[in-house]
Amino acid sequence: MEKKMDENNRRMSSIERDLIKKSKEADKSKQFVLRLYIAGMTAQSSKAIKNITQICEDNLKGRYDLQIIDIYQQPALAKGEQIIAAPTLIKKLPLPLRKFIGNMANKEKILVGLDIQPKD
Amino acid sequence: MAKQKRKLKGIEKCPTGVKGLDEITEGGLPRGRPTLVCGSAGCGKTLLAMEFVVRGIQQYNEPGVFMAFEENADELATNVESLDMDVRQLVKKNKMAIDYVHIERSEIEETGEYNLEGLFIRLESMIDQVKAKRVVLDTIEALFAGLPNEAILRAELRRLFRWLKSKGVTAIVTGEKGEKSLTRHGLEEYVSDCVIYLDHRIINQVATRRLRIIKYRGSHHGTNEYPTMIDETGLSVLPISSLGLDYSVTNERISTGIDELDAMMEGKGFFRGSSILLSGTAGTGKSSIAAAFASSTCRNGEKCLYFSFEESPNQIIRNMSSIGIDLNKWVKKGLLKYHSSRPTLMGLEAHLVKIHQKIEDFKPTSVIIDPITNLTSIGGQAEIKSMLTRVVDYIKTNKITGLFTSLTEAASASEQSEAGISSLMDTWILLRNTEVNGDRVRLLYILKSRGMAHSSKVRHFMLTNKGIKLLEAAE
Repeated sequence: MEKKMDENNRRMSSIERDLIKKSKEADKSKQFVLRLYIAGMTAQSSKAIKNITQICEDNLKGRYDLQIIDIYQQPALAKGEQIIAAPTLIKKLPLPLRKFIGNMANKEKILVGLDIQPKD
Repeated sequence: MAKQKRKLKGIEKCPTGVKGLDEITEGGLPRGRPTLVCGSAGCGKTLLAMEFVVRGIQQYNEPGVFMAFEENADELATNVESLDMDVRQLVKKNKMAIDYVHIERSEIEETGEYNLEGLFIRLESMIDQVKAKRVVLDTIEALFAGLPNEAILRAELRRLFRWLKSKGVTAIVTGEKGEKSLTRHGLEEYVSDCVIYLDHRIINQVATRRLRIIKYRGSHHGTNEYPTMIDETGLSVLPISSLGLDYSVTNERISTGIDELDAMMEGKGFFRGSSILLSGTAGTGKSSIAAAFASSTCRNGEKCLYFSFEESPNQIIRNMSSIGIDLNKWVKKGLLKYHSSRPTLMGLEAHLVKIHQKIEDFKPTSVIIDPITNLTSIGGQAEIKSMLTRVVDYIKTNKITGLFTSLTEAASASEQSEAGISSLMDTWILLRNTEVNGDRVRLLYILKSRGMAHSSKVRHFMLTNKGIKLLEAAE
C-alpha cells in the first residue's frame, strides 16, 4: 500500500518537473519589454535603475529590452502611459501589462509580478 | 441691489462665475489657494468645478486645467454639453486642458519608495501649456483607492497642495462626503483655506439642493445653507445674504385695477413695492382681483409677471375674459408674462430659485403668485414661510409690488392665513362668501393696510361681465 503511494508520488513529481522544465524553456524564449520612468536623477531614481538592471541581468539576461525615460524631458509620455508615481516600471511585453511603482527594492515582488522564475 | 460689501484686505478673490456663489463668498474663491468642494454622490461637485473652469475662461479670460480621476475627457465634455458649455471648443482653442488620470489597482504593484512626481509633471505641463490660472482636481481621493501606501500618499498630497499654492493657481479640489468627516479621506486636513459643502436631500419626495460655506479663512462669507439649483444654465445658488430689512420705500401709489378698491385705500391704491395678501375660501374671486391688478399694471405700460400654480395661462386668460378683463392683449404686447408650473414639479428651493431667475430676466414692476397655499403640498409651514419671506424680501428690495393669493380652507378661521405669512404682508384683503336670503354673496374687506387710512367697511363684491364691482355693504 505504502509502496504504491510512493510510486505515485514519484510519477507525479516527474510530470511536474517536466512541466516546470518546459515552462522554463518557454520563459527563456520570451522577450521582455520594460520601460522605467523616472523623474529626474534623484536618489530614488538611481536606486530604481540600479535595482531593476540587477534583476534583469540576473534573470533575463539577453532577452530583455529596458529603457529608462525621464518624464521631465517627456511630460507627454507621462500622460500617455498614465503615470502618476515616480519611479514607475511598466512591463509592456509579455502581456498582460503591469506597473510597478517604487525604487524596485522589493525583488521578490517584481519577479512574481514579471512572472519569471528566479534562477535557482 | 442694496447690499453691504465688506471685503477684507489681504485676501484676493477669484470670481467663479457661478450664479450667486460669488455673492455668498463676497467675490469668489480665495485666489491662488485651493478650495475644497465636498458632498455626497450626485450633489453637483463636478459641475461646480467644471463651471469654475469654463466660466473662468468665458467671463474672466482665465485659462484652466481640469484633472479628472473618475471620468475621461470625452465623458466630461459630453456631460456638460447640454449646459451650454462647449468644452471641446475650449480645448481646441488651447484655453483649457483636460487630463484623465486612470489608476488600475490590479495593474499596480508597490516595490519600495516612490513619490507622485508623475502627477505633478502632468499637471505642470498642462498648466504651462494653457497658462492656466485655475485648476480642478476631481476627485483626487480616487488615488486612495489606487495606491495602497497611505503614508506616502498623504505626504504627497500635502506637497501637492503646497505646490499648487506656489504655482499661484486658484484650485478646486473635490471630495466625496465621508461618514464621519467631510471627505472620505480627510482632505479637509490639507485644503483648509475654503471649504464648500454641497447637499442633496429628499424632502417629501422632492429633491432639494443646498450649498454651504463651511469655512473661508481670512474672509467674511455667508454662513447659511443656500438653496441651489441645476438647470439648463448650470448651477445657481440663491444668495439670501444680500437680502434683509433695509430696503428703501416710496410713497408712490399704484392702482389696484378696481376703482372702488382704490377708493377704500384713500382713493390711491397700493403702495408701490408693498406686498399684498389676498385670502379667501374657494370661489371668492381671488384670481379675479389678481387679474384686475395685472391688467392695471400693464395699462400703465409696466410689466407684470404672473406665477400660476393652479391654472394654465390659457385657462386664466379665457376665464378672465368672461368678466371683461382682456389679458391676452397684454401678453401679446409683452407686458404680461405667465409662468405656470405644478408645485410638485420641483422642491420649494427650486421654485424659489426659479422665481428669482424669472424676475431677474423679465424685470417686472409687479409680481403675482397665485396661490401660495398650493405650495403646502411640497413643504411644511415653516419652510413655506421662510421661502415666502425670501420672495417678499427680494421683490421689496427691487421695488416690485407683490400680490399673493391664499386659499383658506372652508372650515378654518378666515383670518388665519394658511401659510402663516400674514405678518410679512403690508396689505391684507379678505374675501369671503356668505349667504343672504338664500343667495350666496361675496364680501370683501381690508383687514390691514400699513401706512394708510384704509376703509374698514365690508363691501359687497360682484363679478360682472364688465369687470369687478364693489357695492356698499349689503348687510
